Amino acid sequence: MWLFFHKLASPKHFYRIAGKLIPWLGGLTLILFLAGLYLGLIVAPPDYQQGESYRIMFVHVPSAWMSLFIYVFMAALSAIGLIWNIKLADVMASSSAALGAWFTFLALATGSLWGKPMWGAWWVWDARLTSELILLFLYLGYIALVSAIEDKRTAARAGGVLILVGVVNIPIIHYSVEWWNTLHQGPTVTRLDKPSIHLSMLLPLLIMALAFQLYYFTVVLMRARVEVLERERRSGWVQELFPDGSLERADVMHQQHSSPVDLP
Amino acid sequence: MTPRRRRMLWVGLVLAGVSLAAFLALTAFQKNLLYFYTPSQVAAGEAPRGYPFRVGGLVVQGSVQRQSDSLTVRFTVTDGAASVPVVYTGLLPDLFREGQGIISIGQIDGGGIFEATEVLAKHDENYMPPEVADALKKSGQTLPTNYGDYRK
Repeated sequence: MWLFFHKLASPKHFYRIAGKLIPWLGGLTLILFLAGLYLGLIVAPPDYQQGESYRIMFVHVPSAWMSLFIYVFMAALSAIGLIWNIKLADVMASSSAALGAWFTFLALATGSLWGKPMWGAWWVWDARLTSELILLFLYLGYIALVSAIEDKRTAARAGGVLILVGVVNIPIIHYSVEWWNTLHQGPTVTRLDKPSIHLSMLLPLLIMALAFQLYYFTVVLMRARVEVLERERRSGWVQELFPDGSLERADVMHQQHSSPVDLP
Repeated sequence: MTPRRRRMLWVGLVLAGVSLAAFLALTAFQKNLLYFYTPSQVAAGEAPRGYPFRVGGLVVQGSVQRQSDSLTVRFTVTDGAASVPVVYTGLLPDLFREGQGIISIGQIDGGGIFEATEVLAKHDENYMPPEVADALKKSGQTLPTNYGDYRK
């Protein structure tokens, strides 16, 4: 087990293992998406209060869950990167940020579209909505900070500290609807006492949540592979993988893209 | 102490410090973070007088009175313990109905009536098909009256 993790942390093995995993994860994601959308949009009955409009939750709720999950995952990766100096943890964290930001945006946008007809307002400054908006700013701040620093290790350290400081926002988002009066409704699925959602609606929701989760892992591995190649472009194993020197040329282009250069 | 342990301690301290700061800040701002006041709080005089605030609760069954010649609606919101009469002129959201949770913005006039300038519907966390809701009603069980959202 530990040996596997040690191997996984080396860029070379990560590149190989991720390459094998991606097609499987991607295929499973596609199947789950189709099943979830079919069950959610066609099979599931309308809601007794909201009619058909509630179906937006099959995108809204998984997006919101993913926005929290990715942040916690990034915080764990950042802690690992800071403490044990594992480069791959930095790669995974920085590859996750854009995905997290998009999921957060999706949760806010779909919530807004639902809020206008149901609540009567596109946006209100209640505790849940405001803390989720802060989460979007944390993601954007992280992306801006990491891309503003040239040196990858310094960038990862600075970004890691930002993510760790911001992690305090996660329990606030989750419990906001229980701690304070909010316009946003309370938790439905994570309640322990009694299920307050009918099974025919819960099932597509959970399938969609799993599809979103696998989508994230598929895309983050793809992004991390590219990032690994770019960081390791001068190392032996990358040269072996691309013997014709195509990456070296990309490297030259990358460094000189500000001035036009003649390529063979 | 090895450098690694020092870094571990440092990460732990940052997390603990930030959590403490957030806890203190949220405790200090507790009241400002409430999106609305409950009818009980209004009855106890905790709500501000003379400037606008929000009040939230369930619309009392049978309390909605519409005027035939205007968009003015009168109704009462309750949290089960206290209630506030509301008057509002304007369009109501789709989800507005008796028994439904709502939040309205406005102020209390001299006669203790809440003059709303905006009414928002608050959806609860229950989802079910219409047939299930009908079956619940037929079997004599009323749909759960959920005051939980308005008693914090």
